[in-house]
Amino acid sequence: MLTKRIIPCLDVMDGRVVKGINFVELRDAGDPVTNAKAYEEQMADELCFLDITASHEKRGTIIDVVERVAKEVFMPLTVGGGVKDIQDIRDILLAGADKVTINTAVVENPLFIKEASETFGSQCICIAIDAKRKGDTFEVYTYGGRRPTGIDAVQWAIQVEKLGAGEILLTSMDRDGTKVGFDIELTRTISEAVNIPVIASGGVGTLEHLYEGLVDAKADAVLAASIFHYREYTIMDAKKYLKDKGVNVRC
Amino acid sequence: MIAIVDYGMGNLRSVANAFEGLGANAVLTRDKDAIERADAIVLPGVGAFGKCIENLRKLDLFDLIKDLLNRDKLYLGICLGMQILFDSSEEAPGVAGMGFIGGRVPRFAGGVKIPHMGWNTVDIVKPHPIFEGVENGSYFYFVHSFYCEPEEDGVTATRTTYGTEFASSVQKGNVFACQFHPEKSQKIGLKLLSNFIRLSTRASDSKNAPTA
Repeated sequence: MLTKRIIPCLDVMDGRVVKGINFVELRDAGDPVTNAKAYEEQMADELCFLDITASHEKRGTIIDVVERVAKEVFMPLTVGGGVKDIQDIRDILLAGADKVTINTAVVENPLFIKEASETFGSQCICIAIDAKRKGDTFEVYTYGGRRPTGIDAVQWAIQVEKLGAGEILLTSMDRDGTKVGFDIELTRTISEAVNIPVIASGGVGTLEHLYEGLVDAKADAVLAASIFHYREYTIMDAKKYLKDKGVNVRC
Repeated sequence: MIAIVDYGMGNLRSVANAFEGLGANAVLTRDKDAIERADAIVLPGVGAFGKCIENLRKLDLFDLIKDLLNRDKLYLGICLGMQILFDSSEEAPGVAGMGFIGGRVPRFAGGVKIPHMGWNTVDIVKPHPIFEGVENGSYFYFVHSFYCEPEEDGVTATRTTYGTEFASSVQKGNVFACQFHPEKSQKIGLKLLSNFIRLSTRASDSKNAPTA
């Protein structure tokens, strides 16, 4: 049976991990390869690199990160942050990544999803949706959560699937960084509205939250940064907890 | 030497990295002579069935690979490299596959999310040296929307369940092909690839052995 996936996320700036595993054993917590290897050792199911490099001149550094990681770590790699055209996707995939996540560029040009999935295959096009509550609905935000779009997140999720997306990375902006748990309503609504896998993100503070995201909110995978980053739990802790509660995970 | 066939589809880098990491003498190539001379060939691939066949034809590799399969060349097909061994795929109606294994490639249907993406168990139904050290029920990484349905008896090597039970790998003579991605399946995937490298070394030794 297909297992639920646990995906740690590493924030990368100028080619260095800025939010990674804060292990004392690691001599250099900023080296992407060291971080990736540690997560591989813990049986993470995939790795996600979020490129938060601000300066345009250093945008290419993520390619070098992917190339170095892909030479030593043999697991699925997803890269997001600032992907704007076909060439960006091609560069990231050729470096050894398996999937890219895209948000702003596809909201501004939805047909980019179609073009990208027809060029590289749906399986590597993961659409990132940053959603925030607005009354009884959820609104899509772009530019790293800075710009409201007026677009309904559930309708947008259905549309991205139609356009060829292979997966959705769904982040609740209301919950992101709060550690109070996923937005269950948002996640479940979208997970039930589409027939592609949904990764839940935003709000994880405890292992119980992972369970809620996978079971109550029906997500196919959960993405988390800080609970693994600050060494509160290892991936294996999370998997053992989930397995004990009857969730099908690989461990 | 192992030839990893470079036919312009994704995922080649990862496969090359894995072989390189295992210390194999493997090259990424689209050169017909190199592919023909190689002790083993690897056909990786992520993408669409139709595009894959089109690229192989454009590069004049389709007939060569089909011929090598029939001459029992040691072959490892990954994902699309498995699907193209069959007669046809629902993904590209009217496009002929290699027809090396009888059967078709339908799309998943009925209550499961598509693509089948993530780690799933693989049940070995036909033991083979490529599974040496790979326990029955091991987890491998999958990402695909179509699956192979062999019509021939005895070719299915492993089975996996996703809504329906399907052939997650096949083996016929020296041809082994899997729907999962060993190059993305951490330790267990590398184990399978290292078994393939060992088989290719044997093929090389027997080719180079002096004849009496």
